[in-house]
Amino acid sequence: MKFSYFPGCTLKNKAKDLDMYARKSAEALGVCLEEIENWQCCGGVFTTSRDEVATKLSSVRALKDAGSKGQGLVSVCSACHNVIKQTNHAMQTDKEFADKVNRYMAEDTDYNGETAVYHYLEMLRDVVGYDALKEKVTNPLKGKKIAAYYGCLLLRPGTVMGMDDPENPTIMEDFIKAIGATPVVYANRNECCGGYIAMESPELAKKRSNAIVDNAKAQGADMIITACPLCKYNLIKNGADIPVVYFTELLAEALGIKEEVNE
Amino acid sequence: MNKKNLREEIVLRAGVNPKKCMKCGKCSGTCPAYDEMEYHPHQFVNMVDTGDIEPLLNSESLYKCLTCFACVERCPRGVEPAKLIEAVRLSAIRKQGANRMTPNDVPAFVDEDTPQQLLVSAFRKYTK
Repeated sequence: MKFSYFPGCTLKNKAKDLDMYARKSAEALGVCLEEIENWQCCGGVFTTSRDEVATKLSSVRALKDAGSKGQGLVSVCSACHNVIKQTNHAMQTDKEFADKVNRYMAEDTDYNGETAVYHYLEMLRDVVGYDALKEKVTNPLKGKKIAAYYGCLLLRPGTVMGMDDPENPTIMEDFIKAIGATPVVYANRNECCGGYIAMESPELAKKRSNAIVDNAKAQGADMIITACPLCKYNLIKNGADIPVVYFTELLAEALGIKEEVNE
Repeated sequence: MNKKNLREEIVLRAGVNPKKCMKCGKCSGTCPAYDEMEYHPHQFVNMVDTGDIEPLLNSESLYKCLTCFACVERCPRGVEPAKLIEAVRLSAIRKQGANRMTPNDVPAFVDEDTPQQLLVSAFRKYTK
């Protein structure tokens, strides 16, 4: 199984571990992630406005590149996935916008959203399969009570992202079960950590982040997992007193390859 | 630009119809930035619809939206208020000299753990 892979700016810098654990784990699961050559930063936030063309071109170029190889496109970072998936949806459904983009790019072939877009978790659930993953687990994380933190970007808007029920998701809880741990469900798992407001109003980011961590702890979690570098930063920066880790780190640990990655 | 043209431009850019709003207030009820806003999501919808856009253009509320898509997801009428907020915000920051931050502002708030994602997201939302 081969996919085009879009790491994104943060996974090449502050979230190198999110990237490395994802790649090594994919390898162990028989999935080949082929990094797109010359990918450009997704911009971090999808601009919903229909007259915003330039800010969506990096996503279109990545999608087109994957499509030209007949591959689906996988990313791990919640923000990259959200931006790329929403851009692809706009290219599929908004003809006027897609025409504008294609004229702007002025390439030999047009792009109209043909490439399949997967978040790494979807790749695990739908391509590898959680049952097959379970069989590959050599170091089940027994006894760990883990709260999945979805945040906003993985799930919303639900009709576009199509990953799971946006108000009652199970994809991360099922992942936690597959690696042998116990999922903790809590109300704020799909509420916002404050995101980029951390720059302008750190106190608002603190309020939002604390509401998430407190809620997870009250439900008995001893650890929180996320796919988003900014969520992780906000939760930790604002005083999370239980570990907040990337889901790929636990995946690598369960597959028994965590030490290998760190060598 | 006159009121009617500005309304039309914003509605076209947002791609949603504020007339469909049934004023249930769910958008504001679910908004994580509600407490910080002078004009709340349901007011944005109404003010855009009535063409009362000037106060929005000059309001700090434009920059409080977290783009978390909670109101987009939970609006029972598909009005998707965040798209209207985004469209008004673009009208404000596309004006010459209206960028809200510059690269010179960055060193003041970064620490050794600040993810690149925070910087690119902030620049995307606050500058043109």
